Amino acid sequence: ALSGTGRSHFFHRGESRARSNKQYIKFSQIDILEDPLIRNVIILQIVLQEVRHRSAPVYKRIKDAIHEKEKHFYTFTNEHHRETFIEREQGESANDRNDRAIRVAAKWYTDHLAKKTDGGSLKVVLLTDDRANKEKAEQYGLIVYRCEEYIKSLIGNPELMDRLALQPDDQNEITGSKLLFPEHLPLSRIQSGIKNGMFLQGTFHANRDNYLEGKVFINREGEEINEVLLQGLQNLNRAVHQDVVAVELFPKERWVAPSSVVLQDDSPNDEDAEEDETENKLKGVPSDPSVLKPTGRVVGIIKRNWRPFCGMLSQSMIKEATRHLFTPADRRIPRIRIETRQAANLVGQRIMVAIDGWPKNSRYPNGHFVKNLGSAGDKETETEVLLLEHDVPHQPFSQAVLSFLPKMPWSITEEDLKVRADLRHLCVCSVDPPGCTDIDDTLHCRELENGNLEVGVHIADVSHFIRPGNALDQEAASRGTTVYLCGKRIDMVPELLSSNLCSLRSNVERLAFSCIWEMNHNAEILKAHFTKSIINSKASLTYAEAQMRIDDGTMKDDITKSLRGLNRLAKILKGRRIAKGALTLSSPEVPFHINSETHDPIDLQSKELKETNSMVEEFMLLANISVAQKIYDEFSECALLRKHPSPPPLNYDILIKAAKSRDLNIHTDSAKALADSLNNATVENFPYFNTLLRILATRCMMQAVYFCSGMDSDFHHYGLASPIYTHFTSPIRRYADIIVHRLLAVAINADSTYPDLMDKHKQSALCNNLNYRHKMAQYAQRASVAFHTQLFFKNKGIINEEGFILFVKKNAIIILIPKFGLEGAVFFDNKDKPSPHLSFDSEGPTLKVEEHTFRMFDKVKVTISLDASNIQHQRIRMALIEPVIPGVSVPVPESEPEAKKPKLDC
Amino acid sequence: MAGLELLSDQGYRLDGRKASELRKVQARTSVFAQADGSAYLEQGNTKALAVVYGPHETRGSRSKSLHDRAVINCQYSMATFSTAERKRRPHGDRKSSEMSLHLKQTFEAAVLTELYPRSQIDIYVKILQADGGNYSACVNAATLALVDAGIPMRDYVCACTAGFVEDTPLADLCHAEESGGGMSLALALLPRNGNIALLQMDARLHQDHLDALIEAAMTACKGLSKVLDGVVRQHLEEVSVLTRD
Repeated sequence: ALSGTGRSHFFHRGESRARSNKQYIKFSQIDILEDPLIRNVIILQIVLQEVRHRSAPVYKRIKDAIHEKEKHFYTFTNEHHRETFIEREQGESANDRNDRAIRVAAKWYTDHLAKKTDGGSLKVVLLTDDRANKEKAEQYGLIVYRCEEYIKSLIGNPELMDRLALQPDDQNEITGSKLLFPEHLPLSRIQSGIKNGMFLQGTFHANRDNYLEGKVFINREGEEINEVLLQGLQNLNRAVHQDVVAVELFPKERWVAPSSVVLQDDSPNDEDAEEDETENKLKGVPSDPSVLKPTGRVVGIIKRNWRPFCGMLSQSMIKEATRHLFTPADRRIPRIRIETRQAANLVGQRIMVAIDGWPKNSRYPNGHFVKNLGSAGDKETETEVLLLEHDVPHQPFSQAVLSFLPKMPWSITEEDLKVRADLRHLCVCSVDPPGCTDIDDTLHCRELENGNLEVGVHIADVSHFIRPGNALDQEAASRGTTVYLCGKRIDMVPELLSSNLCSLRSNVERLAFSCIWEMNHNAEILKAHFTKSIINSKASLTYAEAQMRIDDGTMKDDITKSLRGLNRLAKILKGRRIAKGALTLSSPEVPFHINSETHDPIDLQSKELKETNSMVEEFMLLANISVAQKIYDEFSECALLRKHPSPPPLNYDILIKAAKSRDLNIHTDSAKALADSLNNATVENFPYFNTLLRILATRCMMQAVYFCSGMDSDFHHYGLASPIYTHFTSPIRRYADIIVHRLLAVAINADSTYPDLMDKHKQSALCNNLNYRHKMAQYAQRASVAFHTQLFFKNKGIINEEGFILFVKKNAIIILIPKFGLEGAVFFDNKDKPSPHLSFDSEGPTLKVEEHTFRMFDKVKVTISLDASNIQHQRIRMALIEPVIPGVSVPVPESEPEAKKPKLDC
Repeated sequence: MAGLELLSDQGYRLDGRKASELRKVQARTSVFAQADGSAYLEQGNTKALAVVYGPHETRGSRSKSLHDRAVINCQYSMATFSTAERKRRPHGDRKSSEMSLHLKQTFEAAVLTELYPRSQIDIYVKILQADGGNYSACVNAATLALVDAGIPMRDYVCACTAGFVEDTPLADLCHAEESGGGMSLALALLPRNGNIALLQMDARLHQDHLDALIEAAMTACKGLSKVLDGVVRQHLEEVSVLTRD
């Protein structure tokens, strides 16, 4: 009965005036509707409601289509129309009633159009995929088509055909009759099960490294169990990453520890092969009860969270076949079976596919082709893919958005001068990485007559240009952040603002939001003062230039003096912060040098941290903390703040174990204890050890998040050891800062409030979006680095390099190459050859391969090469050279292009 | 699952009304013979009964009576069957007492109490079915009952609620809209001179929106006054036809 409701209903009036159609389609046919070929569609209110009920993303897309003027999509509120409203009859299901309502509305529309056009040159076509409904509608005197028939009757457009979602009746032929999965329970039983505690509701997260394993995070408060482990296809029961599912717990005897095996689903055939063999690998290994995780199985899906997935087609072995498997780029998504007649054209292309359904007798979900993104391996295509996969909005700004930009030529008006503090005389300068065009912070420092110091942080006044509620503001809020990829930047605000009017470049007058402190020489704040201002930066320096000025004793100009003052204060501030327990963590990332013309990565930049880096950072932190306090004092209910929760003690397990292996103790009771023990954790003749520990510690941390002060009570920022924190200093590239600017402006009476700013629920919803966008931007960034790393190694050939073991897994070791900031795995079990004898000890953790025991942080030598055998997942392949283990390690490759590599300082 | 969409993109509300449309109002006066005045009013699915006694001598302790005007005594109650779940206490709870007080304040502003010193006017209202806008239905019903009792008033008192969804003011909220997460403002108006007898709002609202919201509620009240006036005139007509014979 549920499948019956799985449709939506659309009217469609044809392309020409001569014919007019009404459509009534399964809601998964949204991909068809979005095609520009389909126009003049009338969507019934009842249909829209049903869609809204069933799938929020589809609803959103239909709404977008309705708003698009060229598509001529209309809605008809048939439920509120006298002649199309119908009462539910006795014995009629709600669903049948809705179907009848659709028929009545279609009939009414036919008559209505006939009246209006005198004789009816316009016809209404009803599209439906429900057979019973189609028959009834035909009896009722309507023109009805099945969606497939209708699309076929249009122009012979193969692409459109492929976009048709598969219908349930078609599926019998595709899949064998054997049932592979247990049936999903109906929603009513799931709900009652959740209510009486039989089932748990949560979000399913597939394991990236092992397709037979996943976790369900139980997102209900007060539940003892917040994570359920699922193992094996049967128990996963067709859950796809991010779905909301209901799980049933297994009894305690069946609880297991998560396997640390890396397993990929790459059986080449489309057959619904037996999986028992691989599944056995997961079992066994009885481990101590402390690490046992609750396990369970999926009994039903509460909400699918399917989106279109990017990936590639793996062509079927049979040449003429029209059914092919599609391999998504995201490894957490299962492969999808699609039907296409243009497979030959799609091979080697990145394509987008949507899932239609996953019947219980099919090994893979069924889907349909959505669009072609371009050929794989291409830099543009790959960038597009990673932007799409990470849901980064990257379309050019629309006309509506651009219309809210200030008119050029822009200049400071009399009005501005009246209401703003004129700080143009101050010796303000900016310090940024080289090539930075969106400068959002500048600094100054000068001695006052009373001997104290005046320090100012001046931030671009973006909120002056972006007024609340307009299209520009909405777009920025939805983008949330500027995304920096290798050699590409996706702006949050249009370039005119980001690189020109808001960018605090040197020797131009710019509007700023200033935070000015009076400090004594001990860097203690005596007075803090916030004001909107006008500044004129005297110099835009890079970190290196600023450092040079500070170090060069001969330079005595104002800028240098100001920098020296700042630097001195920053050191005191930093010392104080670290004494309070702020953490210094490490990330292994190494940015690339990009060739400015071809955008190919040339070399790795070694990120050298200078004093000036931390100087700027220190004052930004100070400004952020000052502002956070101010806006919280003023608006205790709706201040937008940032917190960093302290990680649960369990997170530190791996760090403590790792340190123990070197006879070191790490205390994790507090941030301070952790910082101290990290500082003391050094091993002789192994200077890189400390960095490795810090990298590991970083992985233990929680994600810092934005939140609304009225919705939470814990404000602490763990990493910075600050009781309160927010983001104020980068409004050009972060939307949170714009909100903070607005709050601060209201607090100092420089601006007026607006409703949404004072609404904690809307504020909180905004925070969720910002957190999501930030996370996605980070992932996209990493993916971009990974892609460029591959390009880099493609050009380099095979390289031998030294590295350290970062993690020890059951069948592999994860190795970090400090020189490239590159992480990779060396696997010990191989499909082709007999695997060596492995014994894994989770206490260490250590892995014994034949005679050699690998421990964390061991130094190893590997060869690095690009494995392009799978063009979609090109990856860096590492193979062991040293220590030499017969049958496992590889001989040193002879051709060594970079034989004289610089020795690492370790 | 998705929550209720209080205002669709097409501009329709849950029950098919546009943002500024009222629910259907039906009313009858003189429904009881024993009381001095009575009225029954339906505002959509909200049904209210109002009964008026007086003006009469002050009951109970004399100290309550005022030497220069009449005391207005209001009692608000809800039938036990008026809500989806049976009500335990039909009257006397905190909410009812508050509502009684609001009604009292409303009618003290409208009734010419100075004409009846040392006396008392009793207004009893009962909600028979609650579907949002209980206060306004009570006020409207009580106004009709007061007219029926022949008690002089400055003007009809018309009350209506207004809510605010997606930057649009909605007039005359139903229960689903009131409980659907939005806010609600109740306003009682003397329409002829535009004086506000009572304005009540519990939720937080940005001041930029307040004017628009009050404007919407006032327009709705003015619409209601026409309906109430029609009811009174029709009743008079019927009565005068009967008495002529």
